[in-house]
Amino acid sequence: MKRLFATFLLLIGLIGSMAQAGEDATSSLYPVIPKAAGAPHPEGNDFMRINHKNLLKHDRDLTMRLGDREVKYSLKECIACHAVNGPDAQPVSVKSEKHFCRVCHDYAAVKVDCFQCHNSKPDPDLVKQLTMLPVKDRELAEYLEGASQ
Amino acid sequence: MKLPALNTPLRDLSEVDRREFFKAGGAVATVALSSGVTLMAFGGEASANADPGKRWGMLIDVNKCTSDCNACVTACSKENGWSAEEGSETDAQWIRKVDLTHKQTGREVSLPMMCQHCEDAPCVDVCPTEASFKRPDGIVLVDKHACIGCRFCMMACPYKARSFIHEPLTDQKSNAPRGQGTVESCTLCVHRVDAGGQPACVDACGTTGNGAMLFGDLNDPESDISKALKKFNSIGLRDDLRLNPGVRYSNL
Ligand code: SF4
Ligand code: SF4
Repeated sequence: MKRLFATFLLLIGLIGSMAQAGEDATSSLYPVIPKAAGAPHPEGNDFMRINHKNLLKHDRDLTMRLGDREVKYSLKECIACHAVNGPDAQPVSVKSEKHFCRVCHDYAAVKVDCFQCHNSKPDPDLVKQLTMLPVKDRELAEYLEGASQ
Repeated sequence: MKLPALNTPLRDLSEVDRREFFKAGGAVATVALSSGVTLMAFGGEASANADPGKRWGMLIDVNKCTSDCNACVTACSKENGWSAEEGSETDAQWIRKVDLTHKQTGREVSLPMMCQHCEDAPCVDVCPTEASFKRPDGIVLVDKHACIGCRFCMMACPYKARSFIHEPLTDQKSNAPRGQGTVESCTLCVHRVDAGGQPACVDACGTTGNGAMLFGDLNDPESDISKALKKFNSIGLRDDLRLNPGVRYSNL
């Protein structure tokens, strides 16, 4: 019984020291998160890492149920900005381990259901469409206004 | 034409971290959706595009439509990324051409059939999950996040307008997400309408087709469609069911 207890203590000690080592240096298992094309999120990456799902869920209801197309967070834009290119210089789909969403979701072992219906690759027409939408005009106007001040 | 209030409670909206939306600043517009649920929009002008004062609809002049023309169907399938094999009973069909012959007179007509965007939509009535819903501007849609694929709505729709997706899909159009296990139908090209445009079928009918389709706001007496409806005789299909479809046909 004593031996068993000693082994138990030893195990706890081992796990404890492993955890400490993990805190000092990033684990070699931690994913290498691909860089996005656009400007960084003003909210910060930590905020987005925790809240992206809630933001998307809220805004999807606004867009789909009420037709609000000027929402701040749209999956379409996430996908366009966070596209990762494969060896053929084309954006990879979620089938590839390199896909932006998969990098973290594989690490966290959380299944993504979005791509059963949504395309995991950016929409080639998106740039064209975005320039058509009034929201972009407004953003541009705001930007120019800011620049002139 | 009276549109009933949006009766779908937006359950998720109340749960969201509103802090983000306050950051945007500016004027606050508050819309009461149903008891206890409030939607907040920021930035001065109303940001929700589905205007409850509007009702989108279509008028199809059957005299102009010909049976050899398929422009609307082709345009829809390209726009929304679906395809149906000739004669398939299970492939998705958002819009199809139907040829009719009058038994007595022998008069032959051809017309496009799609979701009729009913005012009193049976698909919305029967849906157990509130996935089938009507936008404030009268467009009937399926919320695939909530659809459980029970297909009650397919049974309820008198126009056979809905399809069920049997196979896994990839490479969907970003404007028309669609996936296995859910039901879908014509969205009246809601993404185009919200951007101030008109459905792809109407565009195609005007350019490569016979110009038989007219799209517009049925509630606006100054719109082309309202003027045409006022001037010419038209019917809604199966008007006996009193569903008040948003799509109407003239010369049928
Ligand atoms: S035509 Fe069918 S699917 Fe469309 S609104 Fe009417 S009942 Fe629903
Ligand atoms: S198939 Fe989907 S949209 Fe149709 S009734 Fe069932 S849950 Fe509602």
